[in-house]
Amino acid sequence: MATGAGAGMAVREPNTGKLVIEGKLVIEGLGKRYGATTALEPSSLSVAEGEFLTLLGPSGSGKTTLLQLICGLVEASEGRVVIDGRDQSNMPVHQRDIGLVFQHYALFPHLTVAENIAFPLKMRGRPSAEIAGRVASTLDMVHLGHLAGRFPRELSGGQQQRVALARCFVYQPSIILMDEPLGALDKKLREHMQIEIKRLHRESGATIVYVTHDQEEALAMSDRICLMNHAKIEQLGTPREIYERPRTAFAADFIGISNIFRGSWDGNGALDTPHGRFALPRGAHCQSKDAALVIRPENLHLGERDGNAVSGRVSEIVYAGSETRVIAALGDGSPLVLRLGPDDPVPAIDQAIVAGWARDKAVLVA
Amino acid sequence: MSAVAARAAPARRSGFRFGPLWLAVPGLLFLAVFFAWPVAQLLGLSVVDPENGGLSTESYRRIAATDVYLRVLGITFRIAGWTALWSLLIGYPLAYWLARLPDMFRGRMLLFVMVPFWTSYLVKTFAWMIVLGRSGIINSLATGSGLIDQPLPLLHNMFGVMVGMVHAMVPLAVMTMLPVMTGIDRRLVQAAQTLGAAPARAFWLVYFKLSLPGVAAAGLLVFISSLGFFIVPAFLGGRQETMLAQLIITQVQELLNWSFAGALAAMMLAAALVSCWIYDRLFGISTIAGGSAQAGAGRIRDLGLAILGVVGDIAGRAAAVTQRLLGKRICGWLLPGFCWLVIGFLVLPTLLVIPLAFTSSQFLEFPPPGYGIGWFRTYFESPLWIQATIRSFMVAFATALAATAIGGFAALALAHSRTRWSGLIFAFFLAPMIVPRIVIAVGLFYLFARIGLVATDLGLIIGHTVLAIPFTLVTIAAVLKTYDQRLDQAAATLGANRVRTLTGVTIPLVKGGLVAAFLFAFITSFDELTIAIFISGGVKTTLPKQMWDDMILQLNPTLAAVSVVVFVVVTVMLLLAERFRSSSSS
Repeated sequence: MATGAGAGMAVREPNTGKLVIEGKLVIEGLGKRYGATTALEPSSLSVAEGEFLTLLGPSGSGKTTLLQLICGLVEASEGRVVIDGRDQSNMPVHQRDIGLVFQHYALFPHLTVAENIAFPLKMRGRPSAEIAGRVASTLDMVHLGHLAGRFPRELSGGQQQRVALARCFVYQPSIILMDEPLGALDKKLREHMQIEIKRLHRESGATIVYVTHDQEEALAMSDRICLMNHAKIEQLGTPREIYERPRTAFAADFIGISNIFRGSWDGNGALDTPHGRFALPRGAHCQSKDAALVIRPENLHLGERDGNAVSGRVSEIVYAGSETRVIAALGDGSPLVLRLGPDDPVPAIDQAIVAGWARDKAVLVA
Repeated sequence: MSAVAARAAPARRSGFRFGPLWLAVPGLLFLAVFFAWPVAQLLGLSVVDPENGGLSTESYRRIAATDVYLRVLGITFRIAGWTALWSLLIGYPLAYWLARLPDMFRGRMLLFVMVPFWTSYLVKTFAWMIVLGRSGIINSLATGSGLIDQPLPLLHNMFGVMVGMVHAMVPLAVMTMLPVMTGIDRRLVQAAQTLGAAPARAFWLVYFKLSLPGVAAAGLLVFISSLGFFIVPAFLGGRQETMLAQLIITQVQELLNWSFAGALAAMMLAAALVSCWIYDRLFGISTIAGGSAQAGAGRIRDLGLAILGVVGDIAGRAAAVTQRLLGKRICGWLLPGFCWLVIGFLVLPTLLVIPLAFTSSQFLEFPPPGYGIGWFRTYFESPLWIQATIRSFMVAFATALAATAIGGFAALALAHSRTRWSGLIFAFFLAPMIVPRIVIAVGLFYLFARIGLVATDLGLIIGHTVLAIPFTLVTIAAVLKTYDQRLDQAAATLGANRVRTLTGVTIPLVKGGLVAAFLFAFITSFDELTIAIFISGGVKTTLPKQMWDDMILQLNPTLAAVSVVVFVVVTVMLLLAERFRSSSSS
């Protein structure tokens, strides 16, 4: 099996000519239904060796279901899970070569930190000398060597999180899955642990599938993001691709702040909206007549650009240190957000403004 | 500056005087006078010479000298031990299954355990006599269908006693284990599986280990309760299965040998206390009340984990083999199948009494040759039965009032207090549940005999209140635990004083728990027999006492009719209590 194949790389099988997707983890048409409700539409996805992929989406979008299907805690209704080229769809959880970091850590309360970390090695029947050595080195890796004899309840939230990570990294599974691992931590600690997880990822070269509903976290950590909505994959791409080239209004709205104008596409270079007729980016194309134009706040400026302009009245000014956001109400009351640079003049509340954007900085989405 | 501080100090101290713990004082006094004192006195009696009143070890020497008593003691321990073991073996899978059910469904299924738990021991024992007797249901069905020629000896032997005891104790075991099991995070087992443990191995290494405090607590409670049993061995056992409590009753009622009864009771109490002590050393006594277990000391803990490791390993292999032999689908049905069998075992015998109450026959034959309400008429037209019933209702009502008030104030005191005394006080209030009832009953009888309370309603009410206080305290404490105390603080900031806060805010909000506690206390008193045997003399009998007397004389269909009445009253009260309790906690 060709490892190291590019993410989602499509390869034609030499003998049959069949199209196969190669990767460390390959999911083919994987779906889950509970009676009439669909938890996950049949979805396909491939993760490359050493990649950090994030499943991002609102609650109920199917991201946790997908994770549980990959590790086998939930039985799939259809589709295949292939890890390292071996079909693991019918493999029981404990025989799949995966590691899972649980949302609330799921540390064994009756075992010490060291015993928790030794658990997976013991299950694999490793000799005790090897176990002791690897537990010690993994504890050092997460800077917890001095707490080896403590019980989980004696640790802080951040320390418990490190133990959970160590328990997963210690046996070097093919794939490490993480289910909102930082959800229970406060903001400061969360940001610190994000860097910590990135470091572990870099040092170990592990393949990681990470679940979160926090778009900032996804943007900061991932090699690629798999954006999910309504039990299916909405868009798959690098953070930059998804931020700069969202494919749907949902993607644009969920990731970062967006100003979205819905309207009908004239089939050419313009979109007719209730706020006026806007020039589209050159070469923009859409599959349907109903479309929307997405403009990020940092691409909006005071004054007209390229013939694109909307007018409104300033309703709120938010000073956030590195930037100042202006929120204005358009004619129909809908909000418009623009970001001022450090040198731009700040308008007053209730002041009437006109805002515009360079046509190529906007994105046409379905 | 210092003068101000000095003047402020006494004021603060007097504030402490009316602090929350004082609410527990009436209960503490009540239990001290009517529980601790009589029990202590009974133990004292065992070392007093009945002839001259001097100190004497005569009673204990007599126990040691005659091998009858040692044998009975041995039998008592053996029956209690086997009962505990079987109750755990049967109860554990049921509790495990219930713990995994979704919350709403579990509440409903739990009634299959709650109803047998609260059903009177007399009714349950009576049911087994009908089921297991020589011409009982099993034997008449088996001989009738030609399966066997001779009736099987199912009654008046060890088998009959064990069936009755285990049937009586499985609900207690399940209800003790269940809170521990529902508290176990199910994701821990999943975590063990993702880390490479096969399901069976994950269960033993993680779930079973974490459920052990519950198992031990259940074993302890069942063992201690079984030590004091006399109803089941009296009716389902033979001479070989005589238990200690039966001897105590004989010594008091027939031989009037107080010091010897005291010595026997002391032995029973000592056995109970030693069991508690061992349990405390191993698990910590607070786990009974739902506290978390101690980690345990180094070497014992390592040994325990090693044993679990081996068990888990074997279980993992065994499960793999079983699954290969039976297939996944059948394996999935093993647990629910077993649990429904256990539920059938718990519920069916009592239900079989119902058709017999409507029999037209003079005898308790099954199936009844015809149906009628003649035996209910006999019951309602008998002044003896009706007086006993009315007395039981009145005593139960008064008991429920007293026990709810005492338990409620104690729970309030403990909920608001954070001193190191509160754990001790809590344990003291629960003690009537741990000390065998027969010991309390004999002790109270001795006390009441001297202050003229024997054969009085007041004596009965006092005795029953002692037994009911632990139930009311636990029920109300559970509700108060979920009660948001900031509401009281809010009321205080809005200008309500302590009393107004209690009557205007706290009580309306915990009303459901209070009603539930009231009903639990009512049931406790309504089917209480042990104290009634000693305290309710001659004409002044209660319903359970009247049943006991009738059952000793002869089984008749009136007993079936009475059993149905008792069963219906208790079940209705229980369902009401559950409804009020759940409405209060949600």
